[in-house]
Amino acid sequence: MDLISDQISHRFGALDVLDNVSFTVRSGEVVAIVGPSGCGKSTLLSILGGLLRPTTGAAELRGAPPADSLNPLTFVFQDFALLPWSTVAENVEFPLLHTALGVAERRAVIDDALRRTGLSDFRGTYPKQLSGGMRQRVGIARALAVRPAILLMDEPLSALDSQTRELLMEDFVRLLADGAMGAVYVTHNLEEAVRLADRIVVLSRRPGRVREVVTIPMTRDERGAIDARGKLLALQNELWSLIREEAIDAEREVQHA
Amino acid sequence: MLDRATPETQQDDTEAQPRPVKFRGAGFTPATSRYAGWIALALVIALWQLAGTAGWVNPLFLPAPSAIAAAIYKLALSGALWQQLSWSIMRIGAGWVLGTAAGILIGFAIGLSTLARGVGITFISALFPIPKIALLPLLILWLGIGEEPKIATIALGVFFSTAISVYSGVDAVPRNLIRMAQSFNVPFHLIVRRVIWPGALPSILAGFRITASVALLLVVSAEMIGAQYGIGAFVLQAGNLMQTDQLLAGVVILSLFGLVVGRLINWLETRLLHWR
Repeated sequence: MDLISDQISHRFGALDVLDNVSFTVRSGEVVAIVGPSGCGKSTLLSILGGLLRPTTGAAELRGAPPADSLNPLTFVFQDFALLPWSTVAENVEFPLLHTALGVAERRAVIDDALRRTGLSDFRGTYPKQLSGGMRQRVGIARALAVRPAILLMDEPLSALDSQTRELLMEDFVRLLADGAMGAVYVTHNLEEAVRLADRIVVLSRRPGRVREVVTIPMTRDERGAIDARGKLLALQNELWSLIREEAIDAEREVQHA
Repeated sequence: MLDRATPETQQDDTEAQPRPVKFRGAGFTPATSRYAGWIALALVIALWQLAGTAGWVNPLFLPAPSAIAAAIYKLALSGALWQQLSWSIMRIGAGWVLGTAAGILIGFAIGLSTLARGVGITFISALFPIPKIALLPLLILWLGIGEEPKIATIALGVFFSTAISVYSGVDAVPRNLIRMAQSFNVPFHLIVRRVIWPGALPSILAGFRITASVALLLVVSAEMIGAQYGIGAFVLQAGNLMQTDQLLAGVVILSLFGLVVGRLINWLETRLLHWR
């Protein structure tokens, strides 16, 4: 199943946020969206996931989703969006409650999602008892439970410290390894984008336009190797040179607003 | 290589005597003491008792704590205490349940529907400031002189506070949780039950605390205006007969009743909001 951003433009009141953004996320592909702050990355993701109606243009799907997918387009949120009154297992169960799954099936799905995210020992724990990294793992387990075709990840690591980020990045690489799941990964962190994405959509400053689409010429496995570091860094620098001037302008603009 | 301080510069520092950094972080962290409050209360009661037995105050105006305790004991023994209290509890219970049920219903409607919000907030803003006891005479005209107008007065007082605390509770549910639920195609009724209800519950329970005291205030006022039985009627009658020990016995019972209700709400909060 492909996800298409078809000439999406969006404005909040008098503020133009997105301007004619078009690209396609092909089945199983990981596309990162980067750009200076305030360029509408998260707005674009909300539109792609059907949580926000674009002013013009449309988010479209092409092809059938996997037959067993309960929620083909599934979000992973920056602030985790866990129900604080529910345990880890209940949080993972929440998106399954209205589905046709029976109790036993549901339990099996929850067990599997918790196992894949290393949360099996935390079933009965409440979110406030968990560290930020573990909370986001619950968010990921919840997303995995509905067997998404495409994960829509909105700065999933930006609320975490750098060590936790590193560990979760390894989890992402592992989860996306078999290509069964695609992802749209919104981030301001170029290192994350270069590590994870097959292609990177670089947006200009507000109103966000597609400035460039950069393809990463390595498999994710290759990028894990020590000698790939130099190449990745070069790619990161290349991206930064695309964004830097605009990031400076965007920062000034925010300060004056 | 890292730069290190040379021995010469170190020597400069060691010549002067080291002095401690002044501590500036004191205060602003009052601790709660388990016993201080009880000890203070006991002291006040002891002083009050002393004033009574030493004859410093006229027992007609301020009877000693022992006299009040004796009055409560006699009331309990004769069954009068329970008779008065049961009437008040019946009125509070009926009025509070009615007002709370209606308040929760309307509060949720205002919190979830644009139409209900537009209409509801206007009405509530207009009617909330009315002291509900002022409506008792009108309610007596409408509903007769039985229990109904008293219960209705309490229900009205409870309703407005509840409705306000419920819709502000619904408003306070983090929007990101609702968006999350929507992103999983969770249906409306399940979002209300699993996200909005538990999210609004802290505010609803805080509202219970307010409506419990509103209900107590209104039941006493209503009973003073027109009732044969009930703690309010009892206190008024005792005052008219200059039975100050009986009067204060009634007041102490009201205070105890309020305390018990407060404890009950505490218990509910620890049961239902353990996740906080």
